[in-house]
Amino acid sequence: MSTRERLERAALAPILQTSRAYYVWVAFLLAVIGWGVYAYSVQAREGLVVTGMRDRISWGLYITTFVFFVGISHAGTLISAILRVSQAGWRTPITRMAEFITTVALICGALFVIIDLGRPDRVLNVILYGRWQSPIIWDVLAITTYITASIAYLFLPMIPDLALFRDRLAGRVAPWRTWLYGVLAVRWEGNSTQWRTMGAAITVAMILIIPIAVSVHTVVSWIFAMTLREPWNSTVFGAFFVAGAIFSGVATLIIVMAILRKVYHLEEYITEKHFRYLGYLLAAFGLIMIYGNLSEFVTTGYKLEGEEEFHFRQLFLGQFAGLYWYYFLGGLVAPGVLVLLPWTRNIWGIVAASVLVDVAMWVERYFIVVAGLRVPLMPYEPSNYAPTWVEWSIMLAGFALFALLISVFVKVFPILAVWEIAEEQEREKEPVARRPATEPALAGIQE
Amino acid sequence: MNEKDGNQQRTSPPNQTSGGKVNRRGLLRVLGLTAFGLVPLPVLPRVLQAARGGAPTTRADAAAARTVDGRIRQWTMIIDLRYCDGCQSVGKPPQCTAACIEGHFAPEPMEWIQVFEAELPGEGTQFIPTPCQQCQNPPCVNVCPVAATFSTPEGTVLIDQNRCIGCRICMAACPYDRRFFNWGTAPTPPEARLADYSAEHQVPVKKGTVMKCDFCPDMARAGTLPYCVQGCPHDAIYYGDLEEDIATNGSVIVAASRFLSQNQAYRLKEDLKTKPRVYYIPGHGEAVGRDPFTKGRQTTTWPWIERAKGARVWKR
Repeated sequence: MSTRERLERAALAPILQTSRAYYVWVAFLLAVIGWGVYAYSVQAREGLVVTGMRDRISWGLYITTFVFFVGISHAGTLISAILRVSQAGWRTPITRMAEFITTVALICGALFVIIDLGRPDRVLNVILYGRWQSPIIWDVLAITTYITASIAYLFLPMIPDLALFRDRLAGRVAPWRTWLYGVLAVRWEGNSTQWRTMGAAITVAMILIIPIAVSVHTVVSWIFAMTLREPWNSTVFGAFFVAGAIFSGVATLIIVMAILRKVYHLEEYITEKHFRYLGYLLAAFGLIMIYGNLSEFVTTGYKLEGEEEFHFRQLFLGQFAGLYWYYFLGGLVAPGVLVLLPWTRNIWGIVAASVLVDVAMWVERYFIVVAGLRVPLMPYEPSNYAPTWVEWSIMLAGFALFALLISVFVKVFPILAVWEIAEEQEREKEPVARRPATEPALAGIQE
Repeated sequence: MNEKDGNQQRTSPPNQTSGGKVNRRGLLRVLGLTAFGLVPLPVLPRVLQAARGGAPTTRADAAAARTVDGRIRQWTMIIDLRYCDGCQSVGKPPQCTAACIEGHFAPEPMEWIQVFEAELPGEGTQFIPTPCQQCQNPPCVNVCPVAATFSTPEGTVLIDQNRCIGCRICMAACPYDRRFFNWGTAPTPPEARLADYSAEHQVPVKKGTVMKCDFCPDMARAGTLPYCVQGCPHDAIYYGDLEEDIATNGSVIVAASRFLSQNQAYRLKEDLKTKPRVYYIPGHGEAVGRDPFTKGRQTTTWPWIERAKGARVWKR
C-alpha cells in the first residue's frame, strides 16, 4: 500500500466506520445539551432572575464563556493562516482540525451573547437600529465577518479533499453524502487552472483572515475597556486579549488533536513532533501572557489610583486570590515548565499543560468580568456573584455543543488535509529545492 | 486565465449530466431561491420603517419644553446636602426615594434616587441622594448598541424599554451605579399595568430591560416638581432650568448659577468629564441639626409586595 493510499484510507476512515462508542458519546452530548435547553427554557420563562447576576455584577458565566469561545477560535487562524503564510510545512496534518475549531467555537461563542440578553426576542434590533458607536456593534460586525471568513477559509483548502470524497465514496455511502460532496466539491477536477485559482484564493483568504482575527478579540476586549471601570481601563487590553486568545486556542487544538489522534488512529500523521512544536508555541504565548500581566498590574499597582487598591486586594489576596494564583502559577508558569522540561516534553505532558491552560484561560476571563464589575462605584458594600444551576447547565451545554459539532464535523468532512499532507510528504522525499508544479500558494503569489 | 477557466466550466457540464437531472436541479434551485427570498419578508416592513427613520417603538415624542422666548429648557437638579439628614430626623426611610417609588411604581429593589451614606474625613458620614446624573457626555448612551438609551434636547437621558435588548453594557458603563435591570417580572401594583408607557414614564415595567431615573421631564412640563423634590421633608432638592437660570425646591426660588457658585457646588466624579446635570452643595445635614456622627438610615421599603401577584423579588 502506497503512502498516498494509506493517507486516503486514514482520511476516509471516520466516514466509513462508526463505532458504538461514537453513538454513546453523541447521545451523552445530546443529553447534556438537552438539559441545557431545559435550563434555558426556565430562564426564558422567568427572566435572568434565575441567574446569579444582579445589577452590580451584571455579567457572569455567559459573557465569560463567550469571551473564552471567541478566544479558542483563534486556534484555526494561528495554526492555519500564520503557519501557512510562514510556509511551515509541519502544520499540514493539523490545519483542518484547527479550522474546525475556529468555526465551531465562533458559533458557540456567538450563541452565548444571545443567551445573555435580557430580550433575546429583540436581537434583530441590533441590525434594525444598530449604532456603529457602540462596542457591541463592533463585536457583531467583527464576529460575523470572522465567522464568514473562517467558513470560507475552512472551505477553500477543503475543496480538493471534498472532491476526493466525492470520487472515492461514490456509491459507498448514503445518498445525502454523495449529494453533499458533489455540491461542495464545486466540480473540482484537479486541473492546473483550478489549482491556480484555488491557490490564489487561499493566499488572499489567509492574509485577510489574520487582521480579522486580531480585530475580533481586540473589539471583544473593548466591550470592557470602553467603560469607565477602573480594572478594565487599560490600553494593553486588546493586545492582552489577543495573546490570551491564541494561547487558549493552541491549548484547545492540542487537546482536540490528541483526542482525534487516539480515536481515529492518526499516529502516522500527527506525531509527537506536532505536540512538541505546538507546545513551544504554548510556552512562548505563556511568556507573553506573563509579560502582559506584569505590564498591566505593575503600572496600575505602583500608583494604586482610585479603587485599584480594592481591586488588587480582591484579586491577589481576597475573594479571587485562589482563582488568580491558579491562573498565574497553574495556567501560565506550570504549562511552560511542563513543555520546557525534557522529561515532561512528551504528548502526555503537553496535553496536561494544555488542559491547565484552557481551564486557566476560562478562569482568567471569569475574574476579568466578575472582579472588574465587583469594584464598587459608589459608597455601597461590594456585591457578590455566585452562578446558579441554570448558568452552569447552559455553560456545560455550550461546551457539549462544541464537542458535538466537532464530533459531527469529523464524521462528515475530511479531518486531514489530504492534498496538503501529500504535497508535504513529496516535498520531504525530494528535498532538492523543486516545488511541485501544482503548488497553489506559490502560484497564487506569482499572480 | 480566469476567463478561460470560466469557459471550460461552462462548456463541460451539459455533456456529463442528463437532461432530466438538470431539470430537477433547476427546479430545486428555484425552490431554494424562493424560500431564501421569502424568509426575510416578515421583518421587511420593520427594516423599511427603520431605514426611513421611523421607530415602531414608543419614544419620548412630546415636544421639548421651551422658555417664553422659545429656548429649549435644560433641566437640572441641585441637591443641598446641608439639608439632607437621610431622613434621620423624620424617623422614616429616605422620603425622596419613597416618593419616587410611589410615583413611578419603581419596582423592588430599584432605588432610582438612592441615598448613599458616605464617609467624611474623620469618623462622620454624610448622606448623598443620588438620582441618575443626567450626564451631558453620557457613557451609557455612547455604548448602547440600539439607541435604546438616548439624550434628549432637554439634556436628560432616557431609556426606551420597547427597544432595549437587555445586553446591560450601559450598566457596565455607568460610573454612578444608577441603572437597574428587570431581572424578572418585577413586583408592581396591579394598577401600574393600566398606565400608558412612555420613555418618560416607565410604567408598566418590562422584563429583561434596563430602567433608571428619568428626571420627570413630563411632570416639569406640566408644571409640577418631580416626586423626589416633593417628597423631601427638608426641601433639600431643587429642580429647575439652566437655560432660564432658575430652580426651586417648592418653597424658595433661586437663580441657579448664583446659587451654585455661591455655595461651592460640585458634581459627582467631576474628573470623569461626564458633565452631570445634578449638582451638590457640600454638607452633612448640619442645617437641619444632624450630627455627622449619628450613622445609618432606615431601609427603603416597597409598599405593594403583597398586591403584586406572580412577581419574584430579588436583591440588588
